[in-house]
Amino acid sequence: MSEINPIVEKIQQRFSEYFVSWSDYRGDLSVQVKKDGFHALCQYLHDDPEMDFDYIVHVSSVDYLGQKERFEVVYEFYSIRKRRRIRVKARVAEEDCSIDSVTDLWKGADFMEREVFDMMGIRFLHHPNLTRILLPDEYNEGYPLRKDFPMRGRGWRDTFEFMQKPSNQ
Amino acid sequence: MGLTQIQGISESKSGDPGFIITTLENAVNWARKSSLWPMTFGLACCAIEMIAAVSSRYDMDRYGAGVFRGSPRQSDLMIVAGTVCRRMAPVIRKVYDQMPEPKYVIAMGSCATSGNIYDTYAVVQGVDHFVPVDIYVPGCPPTPEALFDGVLKLQQKIMERRVFEKKV
Repeated sequence: MSEINPIVEKIQQRFSEYFVSWSDYRGDLSVQVKKDGFHALCQYLHDDPEMDFDYIVHVSSVDYLGQKERFEVVYEFYSIRKRRRIRVKARVAEEDCSIDSVTDLWKGADFMEREVFDMMGIRFLHHPNLTRILLPDEYNEGYPLRKDFPMRGRGWRDTFEFMQKPSNQ
Repeated sequence: MGLTQIQGISESKSGDPGFIITTLENAVNWARKSSLWPMTFGLACCAIEMIAAVSSRYDMDRYGAGVFRGSPRQSDLMIVAGTVCRRMAPVIRKVYDQMPEPKYVIAMGSCATSGNIYDTYAVVQGVDHFVPVDIYVPGCPPTPEALFDGVLKLQQKIMERRVFEKKV
């Protein structure tokens, strides 16, 4: 960590007001930014020919229950031509549980952001179709990957409403 | 009892009488148990063992239960092999309803039996919550031999069934 990574240096110069921290653990480059500058940073990573991160690897989220900004959204990008990857993290507070979607930059973010919404309840602004993807649309027990969600759920797994249909009797 | 006598048909040239005596019920049950056509219903890792049970090394066809069908309308036996998620439950019930009588269900492995370690919001704690199960095969996953034991137990059960009993 003694000398600064050239990619991080450029990001730091351009987004100094949103930059929070960075780390490079065994070649795993990771940058943390404030959520207001998140979309602008992604646009830069995607569009700038020096960066050229044209492939979205993964979108995930972390629940730091009890901390001030409870959730963290984690994006991983990869540059196919330059063969390098970067991880971008942004903290999201529970009261304003939303962040800008990057589906306008990477089409592949669509389903992955829907999964994060489905499981963690983080809203992605300007997403074309932000609905549940793994659980059924009518599921109303909350967001199962949150730390305060009861492991056995709230009774959905033991209710079989389809058994009530006349054809099943 | 019926089985050994039916095999005697082929011995008619050797001088044995060319007929058998058995009850019709026994003959029907024998026919049913010897042509169990299973429904392909692999949901998780148990399906791999189920596939192994059908392939040449173990050859489930020896028990007449190797003709896996892609359609429930051609099947007698549903082997629920794997973890049953709540979202899959209506599908399993629908497939079960589409199977013609007589129909049987084997819950293969701990997950289909009880949910196994997956005591979570999305996993059904045993398929017997919404379909009647005839045989439970323990194991995680059960070996092909264990599955065969379940099939043989089911065949025993079929032989004991009263076919022409009046329904009350």
